[in-house]
Amino acid sequence: MKFPYSETVLEHFRHPRNVGKIDNPDGKSMEGSPACGDMVAVYIKVDPKTNKISDIKFESYGCASNIATGSIITELAKGKTLDEAKKITWKQASDALGGLPKIKAHCSVLAIEGLRSAIVNYEERHGLVKVKTPTTVEVIRKRLKKVMNPISGLDLVRTNLVKDIELKDGSVRVVIDLPAKHQFAPAIKEEVMEKIEPLWDVKEVLIEFTE
Amino acid sequence: MLERRIYLDNAAATRLDERVLEAMEPYFFDTYAVATSEFAYTQGIEAREALDEARGKLTGFLHADPAEFIFTSGSTESSNMVLKGVALALGKKKGKHIIVSKIEDFPVLHSARALESQGFKITYLDVDGEGFVDLDQLRDSISDETILVSIQHANQEIGTIQDIASIGNICHERGVLFHTDATHTFTRVPLDVKKIPVDLITVSAHTIHGPKGIGGLYIRKGTEIAKWMDGGFQEFDLRAGLENVPGAVGFAKAAELVTPAENKRLQAMRDRAIDRILAEIPDTTLNGHRRKRIPHNVNISFHFVEGESITLHLDMHGFAVSTGSACFSRSLQGSHVIYGIGGDHERAHGSIRITLGRYNTMEEVDAVVQTLAEVVQELRKISPLGKKNREEED
Repeated sequence: MKFPYSETVLEHFRHPRNVGKIDNPDGKSMEGSPACGDMVAVYIKVDPKTNKISDIKFESYGCASNIATGSIITELAKGKTLDEAKKITWKQASDALGGLPKIKAHCSVLAIEGLRSAIVNYEERHGLVKVKTPTTVEVIRKRLKKVMNPISGLDLVRTNLVKDIELKDGSVRVVIDLPAKHQFAPAIKEEVMEKIEPLWDVKEVLIEFTE
Repeated sequence: MLERRIYLDNAAATRLDERVLEAMEPYFFDTYAVATSEFAYTQGIEAREALDEARGKLTGFLHADPAEFIFTSGSTESSNMVLKGVALALGKKKGKHIIVSKIEDFPVLHSARALESQGFKITYLDVDGEGFVDLDQLRDSISDETILVSIQHANQEIGTIQDIASIGNICHERGVLFHTDATHTFTRVPLDVKKIPVDLITVSAHTIHGPKGIGGLYIRKGTEIAKWMDGGFQEFDLRAGLENVPGAVGFAKAAELVTPAENKRLQAMRDRAIDRILAEIPDTTLNGHRRKRIPHNVNISFHFVEGESITLHLDMHGFAVSTGSACFSRSLQGSHVIYGIGGDHERAHGSIRITLGRYNTMEEVDAVVQTLAEVVQELRKISPLGKKNREEED
């Protein structure tokens, strides 16, 4: 029996690359919260001529998979154009780390979110984004794709745990196809809230379970 | 791989004492007969005697009568039997209300929830910042419908010892049964049933260098509790199942091996660990009461860092400890005990529990404190939290 983490994960955990802050970054982000147990901050420097990420650093408050994923995405993103870096997926990061335990998917996906948000932050600051888009059921569904199902390590939408999404006058109702007594129900509820609540035109979020 | 492994998670499980194994051995190889075969053959008589002797020794620690104690498979079973057995015995007759504290261990808490889904009403008592239940709230919560109050002797995570004498008095004044889960105090903190009004006590061998899979339940004479495990007529017809004679013998031996001197030694190690960590590592908070805690428990939150990362780093240095972080738990939720004492997510995720045992030394305590200081410092360097505080200090 070995640790549930691969050698590469443990190596990055022990010696994380590109750790720290960048003073006066061109883009920065902070994803997660102490509530879900993990946070990642990402800082980027962008070369405006080539649109490439010239420097990237991260900070992590989290478990081994969170730290290791933060470390690996900085390696994957450095030197890439913003468009290339935006397309880096959790799967790519996980593969580069030699795999991550399913139950840890939710901690590691934050680093990918962090990278993308730092790029969006750069684009916003440099007038590269369009106007705010209103929330739709599709927008919510897309956000729920970022909440991981700890049972399988895949997201809630893909694993058919999202039974229903209703949106009416800024009020969102999400039905999760799990009994309320399920081992992971409280954790999933908390994460769904965290993903939907910050949407600019959402006023309240109701999470329901099927039993 | 590291050669040195230092185990500091003795509240979860303990190393078996060789003398316990030695005491158990004859009951695997020689006297393995069923203890209830005393009327059939000699080996049965010997097994019966061994079982009764073990029962006598164990009840001695509680100042109880041997007829008031049954063996179970451990504290999970004992607590399940109390809640469900009392509910079965009194639910229809007296009422459907049970009172527990918010910070009980899972056997009590989840048994209460199971009963809740069967129509019982459960009151979850609040605790204060150090983990003590509110006695006034307890008094106010008891009604004519109340059939049981279940409040632990000491907490599994933060080690706070409850005032069970006062709790027991409140229960008995109102004619309500009182159960205490003494999994983490048995033989470490005195509990005399002649002095403390308690009706049911859960105990276990796995926390005192005894074998896993054996525990017990003290049931005060006259207590109404239903048989829950059906089958044969073992254990005064209260718990069916082949008697675990080697386990019982091992449990009794393990209890006998705990001495006041050992508890004093554990307490000295505990105090050293707490004092050094709080003094030498900045931004730390002790969880639980400084003195009214079991002699072998240390629980401290390290702010701005997450517990699983600390435990993994400590493991790489050879130390085994536990954490209340969500990342570490099977439900991905932070410790309900830290939340119960008013702690926020960060305090729960950054909490580390060190529990000492017979095989730990003061040198190991000093070594783990030293390593903790280094690991926490390294993790704080990469954490986005708390930077401001530290920069101000610099």
